[in-house]
Amino acid sequence: MNQPASAYFLSDAKPRPAKATLSITVDNEVGALARVVGLFSGRGYNIESLTVAETDHQKHTSRITIVTSGTVDVIDQIKAQLGRLVPVHRVVDLAVDKPGLEREMALVKIAATGENRAEALRLAEVFRARVIDISPQSFVFELTGTPVKIDAFVEMMIPIGLVELSRTGVVAIGRGAEAT
Amino acid sequence: MSNQLMTGAEIVVKALQDQGVRHIFGYPGGAVLPIYDALFQQYTVEHILVRHEQGAAHAAEGYARSTGKAGVLLVTSGPGATNAVTGLADAMMDSIPLVCITGQVPTHLIGSDAFQECDTVGITRACTKHNFLVKDVDDLARVLHDAFHIATTGRPGPVVVDIPKDVQFRRGAYSGLNNIVHRTYRPRVKGDPARIEQAVELMISARRPVFYTGGGVINAGSRASVLLRELVRLTGFPITSTLMGLGAFPASDRQWLGMLGMHGTYEANLAMNRCDVMINIGARFDDRVTGRLDAFSPGSKKIHVDIDPSSINKTVRVDVPIVGDCAHVLEEMIAVWKAKARKPDEVAMTAWWAQVDAWRARNSLGYRQTGDTIKPQYAVERLYKLTRERKTYITTEVGQHQMWAAQHYRFEEPNRWMTSGGLGTMGYGIPAAVGVQVAHPDALVIDIAGEASVQMTMQELSTAVQYRLPIKIFILNNEYMGMVRQWQQLLHGGRYAHSYSEALPDFVKLAEAYGGKGIRAIRPDELDAKIQEMLDYDGPVIFDCVVDKLENCYPMIPSGAAHDEMILPDAVAGAGVSEAGKMLV
Ligand SMILES: Cc1ncc(C[n+]2csc(CCOP(=O)(O)OP(=O)(O)O)c2C)c(N)n1
Ligand SMILES: [Mg+2]
Repeated sequence: MNQPASAYFLSDAKPRPAKATLSITVDNEVGALARVVGLFSGRGYNIESLTVAETDHQKHTSRITIVTSGTVDVIDQIKAQLGRLVPVHRVVDLAVDKPGLEREMALVKIAATGENRAEALRLAEVFRARVIDISPQSFVFELTGTPVKIDAFVEMMIPIGLVELSRTGVVAIGRGAEAT
Repeated sequence: MSNQLMTGAEIVVKALQDQGVRHIFGYPGGAVLPIYDALFQQYTVEHILVRHEQGAAHAAEGYARSTGKAGVLLVTSGPGATNAVTGLADAMMDSIPLVCITGQVPTHLIGSDAFQECDTVGITRACTKHNFLVKDVDDLARVLHDAFHIATTGRPGPVVVDIPKDVQFRRGAYSGLNNIVHRTYRPRVKGDPARIEQAVELMISARRPVFYTGGGVINAGSRASVLLRELVRLTGFPITSTLMGLGAFPASDRQWLGMLGMHGTYEANLAMNRCDVMINIGARFDDRVTGRLDAFSPGSKKIHVDIDPSSINKTVRVDVPIVGDCAHVLEEMIAVWKAKARKPDEVAMTAWWAQVDAWRARNSLGYRQTGDTIKPQYAVERLYKLTRERKTYITTEVGQHQMWAAQHYRFEEPNRWMTSGGLGTMGYGIPAAVGVQVAHPDALVIDIAGEASVQMTMQELSTAVQYRLPIKIFILNNEYMGMVRQWQQLLHGGRYAHSYSEALPDFVKLAEAYGGKGIRAIRPDELDAKIQEMLDYDGPVIFDCVVDKLENCYPMIPSGAAHDEMILPDAVAGAGVSEAGKMLV
């Protein structure tokens, strides 16, 4: 009723937020990733993380894993829109449709001297992070786990001397004997 | 044939021939010269030279929409491709099957900012159903056949095939159009029988049902329209349609409520608002149709038949979604309906029809032709009366005239109405008429136009003259961008910012300059004779119909309003825009 002059209906309904981990199987052809990513930007959807690699070298198919958020309706719409892309074989939501396993890898650089070095190594032990580079002033840790675990590790490392962080984004797979 | 080597350009022509393409619309340039050379040396595929690549795309759309076949265009790289983009976006929005072949700079120059290079595949990604860049001549035939397959099946749409110039010269193997089996692209055609059963059950128990049909019925082929008529008559339910769906059901039928939506009839919009069961066949709940979403048909159960799964639950939640081709699903619905002994409650249906007829009695499309100036609605009505007996195809531009054409020209058959619905592209009508006339040389093809819109693609009149296409451009000349002016009047305090054309061409002289005929009508009493003169002339005509400058297009559902909050024409409602109504726009 009290919307401004507009040619469109402007809704002020509060959306129900939701998260999805979409596992998308595509033909690994030129531009396939651009189509998928372009769909997200073109339609105003959110990408929280994205991973992609060819997973079947014979059939030339890749698996793209995208973590996205939106309302439940928007996520349904994203799945339908992805399904419409010609090179897309399958779209599965591993957060809701078929709850699956999610892992991410991070490389975490810490600058630490003195007591902090022992503390960094102790924490790494707890999180099962591996040291892959070491200098008198620094470490680089490699860590895999759920995004929550990585967040927690990073959180702990900030006071010790976090310098930089590189994360792969989530890869996911369904549970059980069947293919996703 | 298949092991004989051909040049890429020859492969293009051969593929077009094998696809049964008779006409293509195009414009030459450096990056497509080999294809032009190959076209020049054969007679099966006729090339129509347009005057601007946007015109080629709209002409191909008109061709496609009026025949049900794919429309084909051929343009050069760089500016040729970018000029075609508006037409591609238009076809994407309205689900029109197009195959657009673009030339590209030679493969080794791609990415080097070569002369007339642009990233055609990148630019058109968002406005095509799919696109291809062909770098290997041995892929060319397969890709072209694939392009036709993708453009015409499922939910139709435009497909671009970008062919670098070296690929056009290189020799490669041709492969025919046999057995395309797609690994990924397999649109679902048959609807789920359980859902169809559920839908029919719902229809039978309905007390206030309405059919809401759209462009999907037209796209599903003429059989779908035949089946729609059968189902609608079997059920006895009222039916309305979107702008894109006009003609699928005959406007002369008693069950027809007229178009719905922002400028739809009172009876259509109220039936949608008050119905208890809505049967959406091939329409997509567009925002010009639904109006205020949270008040859209609040009390109804909704059935939605659509070939595109992403159309389902996009903006409106439905109770019975059916993914499938309209023709297939309609056929199944008819079979299931016939097999049921139970029929809808007669008392309820009689009461519902009484209500619908009461709404209809408001005569929401009413207007009064008084005084010495021609009312635009009157012009369309006279045009309709004088052409209804002929095989007539109507195209339009975008604006008030488009809505008046939809309201007052009455369509009895599918594929006779070509308009830019989704994108709302001014400049669509003349080139679309060119395309329609190429496909139907003996038919009467009229562009119901606005004086502002036609100037966007006026140059295609030259194409019409060259190919002796006797299209009629019927301009409702109000000197305003009327639709813009109407919104400015209702929403922006009557400040008519840049919506008046201070300098219009003399359309009669303009027609003559192009080699066509110009006719002007100013008074209502000369209209019929002048229209007759236009119809009698065997060649392209611009008809400058000088109409009431400030007429508004009603009924109108202001944005942010619900279907039952329409503004009715002053002549009918008396009061015009109420204070409450003004708040709503
Ligand atoms: C290419 C393009 N630019 C701008 C618009 C916005 N627009 C919609 S209707 C309209 C006015 C059309 O004027 P005219 O062709 O004279 O038609 P009328 O409304 O007067 O019948 C405009 C500018 C559009 N639809 N398309
Ligand atoms: Mg005008």
